[in-house]
Amino acid sequence: MLYYPGCTLKTSAKNLEASAIAIAEKLGYKLVEMDDWNCCGVVASLTSDDLMHHLASLRNLIRVEEQGQDKVLVLCDMCYNTLKQTDIRMKASQSDLDTLNSFMDEESDYKNTVKIMHFLEFLRDEVGFATLKKKVKKPLKGLRVMPYYGCMLLRPREVAIDDAEDPRILSDLIKALGAKVVDNPYKIECCGSYRTIDQKELTSRRAKSISSYASTHDADLIMLSCPLCQYNLDVRGKEAESMYDGYSQLPTLYFTQLIALALGLDVESLGLDSHAVDPAPILRKRGVID
Amino acid sequence: MTETDVECAKQDEPSQVTATVEIFIMGKRYDVPIGFTIMKAIEFAGYQYIRSCGCRAGFCGACATVYRKGQEQKLHFALACQCLVEEGMYLVQIPFVPANKALYDINDLAPEDNTILTIYPEIARCVSCNTCTKSCPQDIKVMMYIQNSLRGNIAKAAELSFDCIQCGLCAMRCPADIKHYHVSQLARRLRGKYIDPESKELNARLKELEEGKYMDEVDEMMSMDRDIILNLYKKRKIEAQGDLDEGADA
Repeated sequence: MLYYPGCTLKTSAKNLEASAIAIAEKLGYKLVEMDDWNCCGVVASLTSDDLMHHLASLRNLIRVEEQGQDKVLVLCDMCYNTLKQTDIRMKASQSDLDTLNSFMDEESDYKNTVKIMHFLEFLRDEVGFATLKKKVKKPLKGLRVMPYYGCMLLRPREVAIDDAEDPRILSDLIKALGAKVVDNPYKIECCGSYRTIDQKELTSRRAKSISSYASTHDADLIMLSCPLCQYNLDVRGKEAESMYDGYSQLPTLYFTQLIALALGLDVESLGLDSHAVDPAPILRKRGVID
Repeated sequence: MTETDVECAKQDEPSQVTATVEIFIMGKRYDVPIGFTIMKAIEFAGYQYIRSCGCRAGFCGACATVYRKGQEQKLHFALACQCLVEEGMYLVQIPFVPANKALYDINDLAPEDNTILTIYPEIARCVSCNTCTKSCPQDIKVMMYIQNSLRGNIAKAAELSFDCIQCGLCAMRCPADIKHYHVSQLARRLRGKYIDPESKELNARLKELEEGKYMDEVDEMMSMDRDIILNLYKKRKIEAQGDLDEGADA
């Protein structure tokens, strides 16, 4: 299976990439990093006459075709969203595609043959959560997990992998792993996104409100898929602890890390030690890790 | 570049010239011999270089050239000392690239994922248009080394940019105002200092120098007359000298 990593997986979310590759292998799929990929473009351009910012995404899709594939898995929510929005626009507008194909005269034309799939979608639709459940070696019994979606998986509707207002894919996954779902109204709230660069405190406040709800409903940790949400809830959330007396941020884990734990994969390889809020104590307390 | 007596230059040559091509130097028409490099052709036309010229061997990157051919819509990019003239070239030399360069002490850096991004944050502006790659006279995958810099792959950025001679054409063309050639130099410095294994041979040679292994020769030369030194210099053998003597660019 060809996959597109994106820059964040090579820098601040190495643990997402490593755990995804490990669980795919355990499930019988080999994830192969595509060659010569570039940045996804980060944030899809919504302006009708701004085609320039679709170049990055489109070039990646051309690479997928070049490598003889018609499907590419994406792990990062932001990359998924950006690539998918470009793909949708190219399928909808031949004239936009012609313009970009003609600009990229050094590349083969994009033939609109690529299916972009988020890794979560792949697990749900191609592997199947029922199959996944059968492969669980160490059910996450007693672990209370709050699913958190953020925006990029669900908006706009055209790219959504689930219902934008009441998504369930993460809850279904949590159940398949044997853990308890702590459902919550904050699961589709914004994490603060790129405000993390110019307004750190704002992002810390977002992290606090999301995590506080989870804490008051006895969640042990938050599970998510987006590296930017992870950074904001984890790093900015940790910073919120020094802004509010007695406040304690919940740990945040990628869905891939929790799947890996449930599949009984080597804990050392999951990057659990690279989180600002250490998830090890609660995982130990619930008997998930030794 | 200054224009001297063009007519005079032309009159010196006609009997030797068998075939010519028509080129335009900053809009002015000249007939120059086929087989000349752009650099030779510009000199043949009577211009004298005071900028845009350095090693004349494709290494220094001083002679960045932009041209179009005939009524072609696309611009082309080349090194004047390496590229042969063609019929209908409209030429201009780029004497200097006003690219800003970050100040850093390589000894204070570490080869982290975000080191390059921190020093040259503008690389995050890359829209992957690939214009830099298309403007590189060295056929380097410029955009890909910027992309690798962005994702913290310093070793790959250094490898991809290895042939960069810092002519600066990439930076002149970039819609995101990235200074690619400074970025890649940082990547190569970081790789050389922190990532690649230390060269045992280099250390051995440095030790020899420190111990004064070549001081006898240096002292001998310091005591020589200027004329003898000049003569030795003229008769020196340098790498690939044979190739140069028989070289195509006459």
